[in-house]
Amino acid sequence: MSALGLLRRAALLLAVPALLVAAWWLLTAGSTDFFWPPLSQILGAFDDTWFHGRFTRDVLPSVGRLLAGYLLALVIGVGLGTAIGSVRTLRALLEPVLEFFRAIPPPVLVPILMLFAGIGTGMKILVIVSGCVWPVLLNTVEGVRALDEVLGDTARCYRMRPHSRYVHLVLRGASPQIAAGARQALSIGIILMVISEMFAAGDGVGFTIVQFQRGFAIPQMWTGIILLGLIGVVLSLLFQLVESWALRWYTGLRGSEREG
Amino acid sequence: MTAAGASGRGAGRRRHRPSSAWGLGLLGLAGLMAAVELAPRAGLVQRRYLPPFSTMVSSLADQAGTGAFWRALLDTLRGWATGLAIALAAGVVLGIAIGGVPLLRAALASTIEFLRPIPSVALIPLAVLLYGTGARSTLLLVVYASFWQVLVQVLYGVRDVDPVARETARSYRFRTLTRVRTVIWPTALPYVMTGFRLGAAVALILEITGELVIGSPGLGERIAVAQTSGAVDAMYALVIVVGLIGVAVNLLARATERRVLRWHPSVRREAVA
Repeated sequence: MSALGLLRRAALLLAVPALLVAAWWLLTAGSTDFFWPPLSQILGAFDDTWFHGRFTRDVLPSVGRLLAGYLLALVIGVGLGTAIGSVRTLRALLEPVLEFFRAIPPPVLVPILMLFAGIGTGMKILVIVSGCVWPVLLNTVEGVRALDEVLGDTARCYRMRPHSRYVHLVLRGASPQIAAGARQALSIGIILMVISEMFAAGDGVGFTIVQFQRGFAIPQMWTGIILLGLIGVVLSLLFQLVESWALRWYTGLRGSEREG
Repeated sequence: MTAAGASGRGAGRRRHRPSSAWGLGLLGLAGLMAAVELAPRAGLVQRRYLPPFSTMVSSLADQAGTGAFWRALLDTLRGWATGLAIALAAGVVLGIAIGGVPLLRAALASTIEFLRPIPSVALIPLAVLLYGTGARSTLLLVVYASFWQVLVQVLYGVRDVDPVARETARSYRFRTLTRVRTVIWPTALPYVMTGFRLGAAVALILEITGELVIGSPGLGERIAVAQTSGAVDAMYALVIVVGLIGVAVNLLARATERRVLRWHPSVRREAVA
């Protein structure tokens, strides 16, 4: 059963993607359409385009900026969020302001931040931070607000120190919400990474793809699209790994609640 | 799933809000406006980076007198609504179709998980080549981005159908359409509304992004024009407008959700509490 079951699962997992790729391959095999080059040609161009210098020159800086901005946004968002979420007056004071800032589509910040920070690496990280911080911040506020009051009182009765109270009660309790915000922030971060480079840059994946498109280097442009897709997929897989590790207590709790 | 579960948990616990919270919120907004007004006047920030708030408002008033501004606003709203409607329809129909057939669902799961995180901005160069800088390029981005939000939520919703209800429907030999209408749809509707809320916000982001980067007509394009011509006041004014649209979209989505789900236990409990 187990071997057969495993085989079945593998078939289910791979059948449709394999079919799709095969269909793409066959449909474009003899393609002379300028915009839809044969898949074989795209894949052939992939290695030449990205793995001879461009990987360290364009891809790594892009991903590095994304991670730097994202992590910074997480720290700022969780830090400010727990502070705002714990103080009721502060929360009431800032809620409409925060709602407004969250509602601004983040790419609009690119032209504004270009005024302040020019078009260098700093600007791009700043753009990513200023876009990613809102979902994290608002979800943290919401998570801290929804903390179980009994738990808070219990922590007080046991005279937990502020530090351990913060780590074990506030952060832990709000972490499912924080994770939901962090997930949203990640996809916004990728968008901003690309946009900030399309606007003004001398390196990076977004910049390179636009160069290809303007130069009508179509197979190369396609490789760029595929590469961006792969970056998105890999980052989201990494995120799921970290999330399931950090929230394993929560999934366990939900599972046992559902059974019980 | 985390998002839906966590937001449901938060909503159930919403406490009664004292009316002073409104006053404090207004105070916060007033504080922000005052800070933006005073910082450039006091010389803390250079005026060409951050003009005083009153300058932004007067620039906004100037623009509101022109037809071009309203046309751009209309273009943006139309693009957003069209894209969201297409994504919603496609997401719901495909979600119910895929979710209703376990084998199909299992076979497509990996594909969906792979296609979903592909950033829609990756499609910008392709869209430009296919459709030029017209509104259709942006529409492609909007539909692609918000479709996944809806589809994934609908799939969660269809999976959530009570097995007893499903078996009952089968025992009574409900026809497919009846089953969808009476068993699947009511269960999936809260998830559809979550997808609608998320999709509405994402659609606006991509609509503005498309206009900003591709240059299809709309407020985003005017922001790009204001930026390249150095009209900082106008740029800030437009950003404020876009932010207000975002707030309106969020409020509208939440109000729609509450209205459509007013029969649903989660909303009714909230109203009683």
